[in-house]
Amino acid sequence: MAVLQFFPPFSPVVSAKIHAVVLFNICDCYVRRPDQADRVIGTLLGSVSDGVVEIKNSYAVPHNESADQVALDVDYHRNMYLSHLKVNPKEVLVGWFSTGFGVSGGSALIHEFYVKELKEAQSSIPPIHLTVDTRFKNGEASIKGYVSSNLSLGDRPLAAQFQEISLDLRMIEAERVGCMNLDLSSLNILHLSCFCKCNLVDILKTTAVDKLPNDLEGMEASMERLYSLLDEIYKYVDDVVEGRVTPNNDIGRFLADTLASVPRMSTAAFDKVFNDKIQDNLALVYLSSLVKTQLGIAEKLNTAAQIL
Amino acid sequence: MANTMPRSFLQAAATSEEVAPPLRVVQIEGLAVLKIIKHCNEFLPSLVTGQLLGLDVGSVLEVTNCFPFPIREEDEEIEADGANYQLEMMRCLREVNVDNNTVGWYQSTLMGSFQTVELIETFMNYQENIRRCVCIVYDPSRSAQGVLALKALKLTDSFMDLYRNNNFTGEKLREKNLSWVDIFEEIPIKVSNSALASAFMTELEPELPVKQCDYDRLKLSTAPYMERNLEFLIDCMEDLSAEQNKFQYYYRNLSRQQAQQQTWLQKRRVENMARKAAGEEPLPEEDPANPIFKPILEPSRVDSYLITNQISNYCNQINGVATQSFNRLYLMKALHED
Repeated sequence: MAVLQFFPPFSPVVSAKIHAVVLFNICDCYVRRPDQADRVIGTLLGSVSDGVVEIKNSYAVPHNESADQVALDVDYHRNMYLSHLKVNPKEVLVGWFSTGFGVSGGSALIHEFYVKELKEAQSSIPPIHLTVDTRFKNGEASIKGYVSSNLSLGDRPLAAQFQEISLDLRMIEAERVGCMNLDLSSLNILHLSCFCKCNLVDILKTTAVDKLPNDLEGMEASMERLYSLLDEIYKYVDDVVEGRVTPNNDIGRFLADTLASVPRMSTAAFDKVFNDKIQDNLALVYLSSLVKTQLGIAEKLNTAAQIL
Repeated sequence: MANTMPRSFLQAAATSEEVAPPLRVVQIEGLAVLKIIKHCNEFLPSLVTGQLLGLDVGSVLEVTNCFPFPIREEDEEIEADGANYQLEMMRCLREVNVDNNTVGWYQSTLMGSFQTVELIETFMNYQENIRRCVCIVYDPSRSAQGVLALKALKLTDSFMDLYRNNNFTGEKLREKNLSWVDIFEEIPIKVSNSALASAFMTELEPELPVKQCDYDRLKLSTAPYMERNLEFLIDCMEDLSAEQNKFQYYYRNLSRQQAQQQTWLQKRRVENMARKAAGEEPLPEEDPANPIFKPILEPSRVDSYLITNQISNYCNQINGVATQSFNRLYLMKALHED
């Protein structure tokens, strides 16, 4: 008896993480697409760990699409893949993307192709299909990821079902502080671990930034933000005390924890530490100005006229 | 009267050559910035390079895309591979309508120590083929301090002329009034984004009150970064003093040689006088075969200039970080008083 069966050929994929580069690349490819093309298709590269696929890079692949046919430039895809592997052998094929809302018939065919590619590469993960809605169809930006599993009736493959998976947009490599109480965790300045950047967010949001912020300007901006956050917390606490706002136990506990995390040092000890640090910094500034003066003198000496 | 007369053919022909406006701004797309950062960070601590693609428009150099170079092994065959890779990438990118025009290259650096002779050599190579090229330097360690450490550099024209003629004597440098600050020219960077990309970013990134960069900037521990900076600075100072010793040695040799020449000349003159008295032919007053007349080569000053540049860079960095930590310390003090 023929039975309708699902055949997940690979190990399950739970969710995917997308790096911001990929999104920007897709937008750029869409803007540069040839006039007659309606959407852009390309390959996704990345790595897999524990059922979570991390999408790190992407490139567009030229294709031709008509009502019932889809033709993908396979050679181009393979060449670009090899070139990318030369730079970073760890970024492997993990799927493909297309701009446009939802999954269409042609997509299933392309997906088949990628399934075959991955099988050839003997990878154990199914390809991810990413759709990026560049037309803002519902008035909002929607990025969706899908994994397909094959529906088959007995031996005959019937259709491919695309199941949506959860996506996570990563702007930085480090872990993000939990989203809920972000405004309150600013008091944790003393407890921060060293991870890297992403002051890019401000720069990347606008269409043009005239100047990259340097040390002092950035510092100023951060301090202003901190100040406004402290103001907010102050207002909140005042409101709670006056009874204008219902107190939330969680937030209260969080506040208490944060305040308690400020180390309690005696004034004398704190002053000593503080003065030491200030003196160290002053010594460094003095040293560097000394070095600069030395450079000026050395240069004059080197190009001085020969007195012979 | 003379103004309203039509220009003669010669005049028109003479002014048809356009002078390229000086490069004032480098405009990078957010995509290129992200790609550079990603590539540099992935391969820490080794240094990587890549190619920049874009357009040269008037006084603005637009960088619209970039691609990384694979890390080169020390192998002969890989030379051809590298060129092939580049051609392949350019060809493929052209098919998807990416600007196929090389406008420079980018490289990552360690603590800002990028001023080397290789950089100058690469610049000269690029300059032969491309009219305007720029080098973008990204410093991942400085970016961890909360500043986007991206710099666009270009060699100044006067320096390039001198370097091409390999003419670095003190005379020439004084003539052109070229000091160590005149080697590299830093060009301000502007970041631009396509409207689509910025729309996506605004949609997807909630307007957070505090961002990761704030955490980075407000971090109190700067000691490791400062320590490394100072280490590099000390090494550079040693190099600089070695260079100065070289110069001293050269000057000493030069003056010694001159003294020798003088004595030899005196002897010759005395001999000639004696010969004249005896009625013989006077000997020439120069003797190029004599080793004391061999000109001593003046050591090139390029290295010392580069080292000076590096040192000043380190000093600036130290200053920047010290100012930041002053701010933080006073903030801490205020917090503690409550």
